[in-house]
Amino acid sequence: MNPGARTPFWRTLDELANDPAFCQRLYDEFPSQVEAITDPVERRTFLKLMGASIALAGLTACTRQPAEPIVPYVRQPEDLIPGKPLYFATAMTVGGIANGVLVESHEGRPTKIEGNPEHPGSLGATNIYAQAAILDLYDPDRARALTHLGEIRPWADFLTVIRGALMAQEPLQGSGLRILTESIGSPTLAAQIRELQARLPRATWHQWDSLGRDNARAGARLAFGDDVDAIYHFDQADVIVSLDADFLGSGPGGLRYAREFSARRRPDDAARMNRLYAIESMPSLTGARADHRFAVRPSEIGNLARSLASLVGVRGIAAGAQPPSSVNVNALAKDLGAARGRSLVIAGDSQPPLVHALAHAMNDVLGNGGKTVSYIDPVVAAPTDQLQSLRDLTTAMTAGQVDILVIVGGNPVYTAPSDLQFAEALDRVPLRIHLGSHGDETGERCLWRIPEAHFLESWSDARGYDGTVSIVQPLIEPLYAGRSAHELLAAMNGAPEKTPHDVVRDYWRTAFTAVGSGFSRFLRTASEPAAAIEANFEAAWRRWLHDGVVPDTADAPRTVSLKTDAIAAALAEEIRLAPSAVEGLRPDPTNAGIEISFRHDPSILDGRFANNGWLQELPKPITRLTWDNAVIVSPRTADRLGAGANPAYRGGEHGQIIVDVVELRSQGRTLRGPIFPVAGHPDDCATVHLGYGRRAGGHLAAGAGFDANTLRTSSAPWFARGVEVVNTGERYSLACTQYHHLMNGRGLVRATTRDEFIRDPRSVHEGYEAPPRTLTLVPEYPYEGYKWGMAIDVNACIGCNACVVGCQAENNIAVVGKDQVLRGREMHWLRVDTYHSGPADSPETYFQPVPCMQCENAPCEVVCPVAATSHSHEGLNDMVYNRCVGTRYCSNNCPYKVRRFNYLLYQDWNTPSLKLGRNPDVTVRSRGVMEKCTYCVQRINEAKITAEKENRRVADGEIKTACQAVCPADAIVFGDLNDPASRVAKLQSEARNYSILAELNTRPRTTYLAAVRNVNPEIGE
Amino acid sequence: MAQIFHRSTNTISRVSIFGALFIVAGLLWLTAQFQRSAWNTGVRVAREQPIQFSHERHVGGNGIDCRYCHTAVEDSSFAGTPPTKTCMNCHTEVFADSPFLKPVRDSFESDRPIAWTRVHDLPDFVHFDHSIHVNKGVGCTTCHGPVDRMPLMWQAESLQMEWCLDCHRRPEEYVRPRAEVFSVAYERPANQAELGRRLVAEYHIQKLTSCSTCHQ
Repeated sequence: MNPGARTPFWRTLDELANDPAFCQRLYDEFPSQVEAITDPVERRTFLKLMGASIALAGLTACTRQPAEPIVPYVRQPEDLIPGKPLYFATAMTVGGIANGVLVESHEGRPTKIEGNPEHPGSLGATNIYAQAAILDLYDPDRARALTHLGEIRPWADFLTVIRGALMAQEPLQGSGLRILTESIGSPTLAAQIRELQARLPRATWHQWDSLGRDNARAGARLAFGDDVDAIYHFDQADVIVSLDADFLGSGPGGLRYAREFSARRRPDDAARMNRLYAIESMPSLTGARADHRFAVRPSEIGNLARSLASLVGVRGIAAGAQPPSSVNVNALAKDLGAARGRSLVIAGDSQPPLVHALAHAMNDVLGNGGKTVSYIDPVVAAPTDQLQSLRDLTTAMTAGQVDILVIVGGNPVYTAPSDLQFAEALDRVPLRIHLGSHGDETGERCLWRIPEAHFLESWSDARGYDGTVSIVQPLIEPLYAGRSAHELLAAMNGAPEKTPHDVVRDYWRTAFTAVGSGFSRFLRTASEPAAAIEANFEAAWRRWLHDGVVPDTADAPRTVSLKTDAIAAALAEEIRLAPSAVEGLRPDPTNAGIEISFRHDPSILDGRFANNGWLQELPKPITRLTWDNAVIVSPRTADRLGAGANPAYRGGEHGQIIVDVVELRSQGRTLRGPIFPVAGHPDDCATVHLGYGRRAGGHLAAGAGFDANTLRTSSAPWFARGVEVVNTGERYSLACTQYHHLMNGRGLVRATTRDEFIRDPRSVHEGYEAPPRTLTLVPEYPYEGYKWGMAIDVNACIGCNACVVGCQAENNIAVVGKDQVLRGREMHWLRVDTYHSGPADSPETYFQPVPCMQCENAPCEVVCPVAATSHSHEGLNDMVYNRCVGTRYCSNNCPYKVRRFNYLLYQDWNTPSLKLGRNPDVTVRSRGVMEKCTYCVQRINEAKITAEKENRRVADGEIKTACQAVCPADAIVFGDLNDPASRVAKLQSEARNYSILAELNTRPRTTYLAAVRNVNPEIGE
Repeated sequence: MAQIFHRSTNTISRVSIFGALFIVAGLLWLTAQFQRSAWNTGVRVAREQPIQFSHERHVGGNGIDCRYCHTAVEDSSFAGTPPTKTCMNCHTEVFADSPFLKPVRDSFESDRPIAWTRVHDLPDFVHFDHSIHVNKGVGCTTCHGPVDRMPLMWQAESLQMEWCLDCHRRPEEYVRPRAEVFSVAYERPANQAELGRRLVAEYHIQKLTSCSTCHQ
């Protein structure tokens, strides 16, 4: 191997350090079996056991198929063709903001979710939560019955109780009634709550959503004196500065932002390439995509924002303390200033309001308002300071002022900051009611527990990041008699007989009929006769349901005026109160001075998806941890604490990492968790992810990881100083897939800079060799029909993992559990490899999705003794499960390590609810069988059959693989290589195109486009 | 020293050495016969059904088109089993009180579907699409046999992979004009070789034998 001129890439810190012991381990491919193979006695026993297993495995194959029933409909629904899926548009809400989705339904069973191309927040893409929602729907741990003190009760009993309790409140005007909701995007639900408040005027509506955006709201209030939501237009932005904002990975509009951002990163249009600076603490997806990333502690960002604001010329803001020398603020300010009206500064949700206000002020000074950023009325109903709202509720409960508390969704007992003592206060409420999907921590403490209907089971409405309204329609009757929030509120409003459908429809009929108020301004303008309105409404309603969006309901941008003086005054006040916090002074560099930062887990968020196996097993971006959270620190801090990751192994592909357990101590509270060093994390700072350490909520949720809420206080919900970290000396195993399939110095990812790319587009290939196409013993196979291929743009991929979960949902891929991941046996057909280059404290990061390469000269095919894997006439590397005998030779011979073996019976063949969610077009694999990416051959066959019936060829873009369909960044393109006009053929002929491990002459069908960074020459690499 | 083995042992061992070949071959032949047998494949085994439904009566006797009941056959992978409503279209008038049809009436009244026993049951790892076969000129009776002469439905062909591949390798032997696909009376013409070749070209029939054509 000749490294040549190529950039050295690395995946793990051990690799970067070139640790000899680690390098030796790379060569021991099956460490757990090394002894069995080398010891002659053991070897015989091993072979004997193998022989017995083969004989027994052969016998088990001799079964007769049992008789199967066919159960047709009694009355078949119109429009339904048995065997053909139907698609329905609906919307999924997370944190009050919805994304439009299209749900595939097989004879009434929702099986797969895709994005709704008509929805402005989705544009056809979906995130991991939407992909995993199918598993949530069929989760066997969901709450199944309405219970009172643990006993199953009929709904009518609950109605009697709530009616009686509310009647008792009427003389008090509802002063003892409190409703606690999450952020509410549904206009109908907000109207229902207001209706209740109209009847009981002193009833209070509290809000607490751990995904709430208090800081952003308060920042906008500070900057503009009013509640507004900022929406960004990345298609217009040339220079972007992120102040700890992970706009690609999370938050409202993330999917659209990722699409717009990636569209401006095409090096073939180098003049339009944007440049992203990320100033952040925990390495995020946005930081990974940044051209320049600066790692600073969260508390330092305020000061940096202040320096930057003063440099770009925000009036009344003076530079504070000298920013850390690693951050070239002058160069940032210069670049921003050069792109007036085409730049963008974004503050992250965990940053305090002042930083948000400074970001707004910078955008104002830079003339970005109305160009790269616009402001709309808040999308969520009744925006409020949620932390204060929760604090008020806790105070009232402790004081015994609350007679009835109705918790509509959410899990506040778990998510509330620990100092509020919410759970203890809750116990003082005489009548406490919880509507929740799982029997979670909050449900356990409530008297009445109402199972919540999944969004695929209920009628509702929702609003997208820009205000666009979607009607949420159910795909299936509630599996476990679940109730929606609308039903609960209808019951409280004295109309329990009203179905959620009627509630939602009536709201919109009223909005449609009443001209000129509320949403009606979008819906109708002229007054019409009543009969016409009714007919028009029916037509409009059906159109909305069909399209998944109510047209023209995106909020119009409003004009705002910046209150510079207020920002300056707020800054002065903060300096007066806590100079060190604002000046960004370095904390005491001892253990006592470490800073802690709280983040939502990238996979399970605040714990709401903790019982979802697909999300738990999904390797988290950057850290690639599964099934656990960790105390994430920089390698230097880990060294200082005498704690480090020790990549041990238990078998397979080096699956297990043994790390030290540390204890975090702050203000009398302690927390224990495994420490995990991550390259690019700032020093003297620890990031902990919320959502783990659940005590209830399902058998996957409870028990995984540690509960970081223990240290979280309401005065410092996102980051705090003065946390003591002590190494306990205990050990813990983490299942980290970053150590699986190590590349051992082979150059799998290629990257260059924009200037270098313009100089010589082929320069990315320097130092790599590729054998000539003629190097083959057998003549080339003539592909006469289709010749499928895929191109993956490493430069576009944001590493969001949506493709991995999308693949899992489409292809019935099993969850294996932490123990099996520790052995390197996760089953994902598609993985997102993460590579770094540069030093450990400021690495560049690249994401590379790796499906099966579908090699032309496939090494797996020639070693299969039973021809269970062979080439199709369209170039696919077919895998025939029923023929596979499980020798695993193919996997051993695969240089890309994309084949997955069912060591155990990973599929759950028994749980009835899980059977409903599987894709009926894909075989469910059993034990002892190899499997791998098929390019979604079921979708190819379906499209080919449709085309053949219409006597035409499959058009370009007609087949979208599951990974391609969900991708927000448009990084994956699939198509016919025989059609030179196809997108994939064009991409594969680009100068950046390369095959990984081309030197092996496998000639992969899946190729990659090299990454190109738009480096600011003033800062350099 | 006395001989340990009797003289006849020589003959026995000679016969066994030569015979071994035939014994092994015979065992293989038996296995092959067994796994192709009707016991294993279910060919020509009439299945008990909750209702004594006769294709002979409805198709042969009344001349009802296949698609009257199997509505999805031209559009979907699954040909479709008729909902109870389809039965009741006629049987509210015809044999409306027949005791044999009580399960149908019960199903219609109670809204509980009839659970038929599947006759043609492909393994779960095989994906078969009716619509493309029908559209490419594969007749119903080519695979399902003389349905119009089956009082109770049985499986006419083995449905084993070699049987599938036989047609996928030589479609010209089996293909018929599209207009005749649903005809139960269709007979293989004398000029099948010539007709088949013409139809294969005209209908753009590809000889798909890649694994992923059916295993997905």
